[in-house]
Amino acid sequence: MQKFLLQGLLRRALTEQAPIPNPASLAELGYTLGRTARQKLGRSLSIREVDAGSCNGCELEIHALNNAYYDLERFGLRFVASPRHADVLLVTGPVTKNMREALERTYAATPDPKWVIAVGDCAFDGGVYCESYACVGAVAKVVPVDLHIRGCPPDPTTLLKGLIAFVETMS
Amino acid sequence: MNFASKQKPAQPSPPTCLPWPREIVDRAGWLAFAESLAKGERELLSLWGESSNVHMAVLEEREPRLRIITLDCPKGSFPSVGRLHPPALRLERAIRDLYGLRAENAPDERPWLDHGRWGVRHPCNDPEKIDSASDSYAFLPAEGEPLHQIPVGPVHAGIIEPGHFRFSANGETVVRLEERFGFVHKGVDQLMAGASIERAARLAARVSGDSTVAYSLAFSQAIEAAFDVNVPPRATYLRALMAELERLANHFGDIGAICNDAAFALMHAQCSIVRERILREAANCFGHRLMMDRIAPGGVVVDLAQEKVTALFTLIEWIELMTPRLIALFGDTTSLQDRTVGTGVVSEALAKQYACGGYIGRASGRTFDARKAMGYAPYPQLTFEIGAATGGDVDARVWVRFDEIRASLRIVRQILDEAPEGPIIAAWALPEDWTREGAALVEGFRGDIFVWLRIRADGVVQRCHLRDPSWFQWPLLEAAIKDNIVADFPLCNKSFNCSYSGHDL
Repeated sequence: MQKFLLQGLLRRALTEQAPIPNPASLAELGYTLGRTARQKLGRSLSIREVDAGSCNGCELEIHALNNAYYDLERFGLRFVASPRHADVLLVTGPVTKNMREALERTYAATPDPKWVIAVGDCAFDGGVYCESYACVGAVAKVVPVDLHIRGCPPDPTTLLKGLIAFVETMS
Repeated sequence: MNFASKQKPAQPSPPTCLPWPREIVDRAGWLAFAESLAKGERELLSLWGESSNVHMAVLEEREPRLRIITLDCPKGSFPSVGRLHPPALRLERAIRDLYGLRAENAPDERPWLDHGRWGVRHPCNDPEKIDSASDSYAFLPAEGEPLHQIPVGPVHAGIIEPGHFRFSANGETVVRLEERFGFVHKGVDQLMAGASIERAARLAARVSGDSTVAYSLAFSQAIEAAFDVNVPPRATYLRALMAELERLANHFGDIGAICNDAAFALMHAQCSIVRERILREAANCFGHRLMMDRIAPGGVVVDLAQEKVTALFTLIEWIELMTPRLIALFGDTTSLQDRTVGTGVVSEALAKQYACGGYIGRASGRTFDARKAMGYAPYPQLTFEIGAATGGDVDARVWVRFDEIRASLRIVRQILDEAPEGPIIAAWALPEDWTREGAALVEGFRGDIFVWLRIRADGVVQRCHLRDPSWFQWPLLEAAIKDNIVADFPLCNKSFNCSYSGHDL
C-alpha cells in the first residue's frame, strides 16, 4: 500500500485539463438558470443520478467522471446518495413505465431550486426503445428538463462539457 | 410451363435450428426434461415463450451439448418446470407476463416483470388492453417478533441500475432478502419482433451496456448459424479481442468498486485508472469506448490498424505490470480481507443447481465457461486457463476475477501476435428462401449469454430471445446474503454485479 501512496505524492496527477464547454449546451442553458439560484448555490452542485431504464451504458460513463482523469469534484460537482441532498438530477434511459413513478417521486423529493439534466439518446427521445409499450420515451415527457447531453452513451468528455457549461451559466 | 419447378424448395417443418436442432416434445417429454433438471442430470440454460409454445434450452451434463426442446401449448398453459426445478420459476413468471402462457401448478404465480403499468397484459402475444394501475405485490413473509423490514430501491444510493430489495432483518442480521425487478423492462422482445436484422442488432447491443460486445457477438453468432455464414478468421480474432477488452475493463471496474464498498478507496482509484485506460484504447482502436455496434453478423465493422497493435501491446504490458501490484494491494490489506472473507457465501450445490455462470459460478466450484465448452472461434486456437475457486464468498469472487484478468491478458497477447490477415466481414445476403432459426451461447464477462432467434424468409426477425446470465445469478444473491449483516449487502451485491437491464429486458 505504501508504494501506491508514495506514488500518489511523488507523481503528477493524472487529472486532465477541463474541456471547453459545448456552445450548444450553453445556448440551451442560457434561459434556465435564475439569478437567485446562482447566488444561493454558487458553483457547488450536488447531483443525484437516476437510471430510468437505461441499458447501464450511460451509468458506466457517468461513473468514469469520478476517476482520476476527469475528477468531477474539482468543478464543485459531486454525486450524492439521496435526492434530498441534490440540486441536480441526472436522468438516463427511455423512462420505462415501471420507473415513471419512481422518477416523479425522486423529482418531488428534490428540494427547490432544482434542475434536470437528461443524459443519453434514450433520455432525449427514447432512443432505440421509443416505440415500446413499456417506455414513456423522452425524460422531458415526465419531468422538466434543463439540459440534454446526447450520445449513446455520451463519453465522459462530452458529459464534462455539458456539466461545465451548466456550472458556468450559473456563476 | 411447369409452374412447380419455379417454386422455392419446401420449407423444412419445423424450421431447423442451427447449430443445435430444436426438438418437438409432448407433455410427457417436457416433464421428463423437467425431472432430469431436478435430478441434476441436465442444466437449465433458458426457458422462453412464443404465441402458442414454450421452448427450453438445456445443457447435457456428460458432454457439454446444448439441446433445445419445444412444447406446443394450444390451451395457453404448460407443465411447470419451476415446480420441480426452482431456477425456472422467474422465467416462467416472465413468460406469463409477456406471452400470457401459464405454468400449471407453479408454486409462485405472482407477476414478475409486469407491474401493471404498461396499459396491456401479455404485450407480446394477443395483447389485452387494461387500465394502467400499480399492481400490489405480496412479498414473501418472514415472521417473528424482533424482525423488521428494510425496503431499498428502486432508486439506489449509488450510480447503479434500479431494482427493489426487501430485507427482513433481525437486528443487523438479514433473515430474508427478496428481490423485485422489472423496473427497467423496456419491451425488447416485442421490439425485436418485426425488426430488420440491422435494427435487431442495435437492440441486442443495448440489452446490457456493460456487455455490449458479448451481446453483439452472441446475436451475430446466432444469425451466422441460422444462415450458415462463415466468419473470416481475422474477424473472429478481432471479436475475441473486443470481448477480452470488455472483460478486462469490467473486471477492473468491479474489483475497484467491491473494495470501495468495503471503504477501501485506494483500490477503487487505482482500478478506475486501469479501466479508463482500457476504454480509451478501445476508443482509439475501434472508435467507441464500450465498442458498441462494432460486431455485426458476418464479422466486424472496424479493422485494427497495425499502429494500433503497438498501442495495445503497450497497454497490455502496463496492465501486466499493474496487476500483481493490485493483487498485492488486495491480498495484503487485512482490513479488506476482514470484510470479504466468509461474506456472502454461495454453496457449490446452489451454483450447480442454478447452472450459475461466470465468476459467481466459478468461485463456487462450477467451472463452466462457454469459450471452452462451446469452443467458438478463435478460442480453441488460444491457450488460457479459466479461474476457479471453491470458497464461494466475496473474496473468492474477487480472486476468480483476478484469474480471469490474467487469462484475458494472455488471450489478448496471443491475439495481437497471431491474428491472421484478411477480410473482416463475410459478404452474405439473405437467401430469402424460408424461415430460419439459429442459436448461440457466448461467454460475456458476467457469464454465458444465450440467444435464440427465428428470421422470416423476408429477413425480418420473428422472435429473438436473449437470456442474460443474471437470470441464474440474482436468485443466488438472495441466498448469499442470508445470515450476513445488512451493511455487507452492497459488498455482496457488487461482488455479484448482476445486470438489471439484461434481466428485465
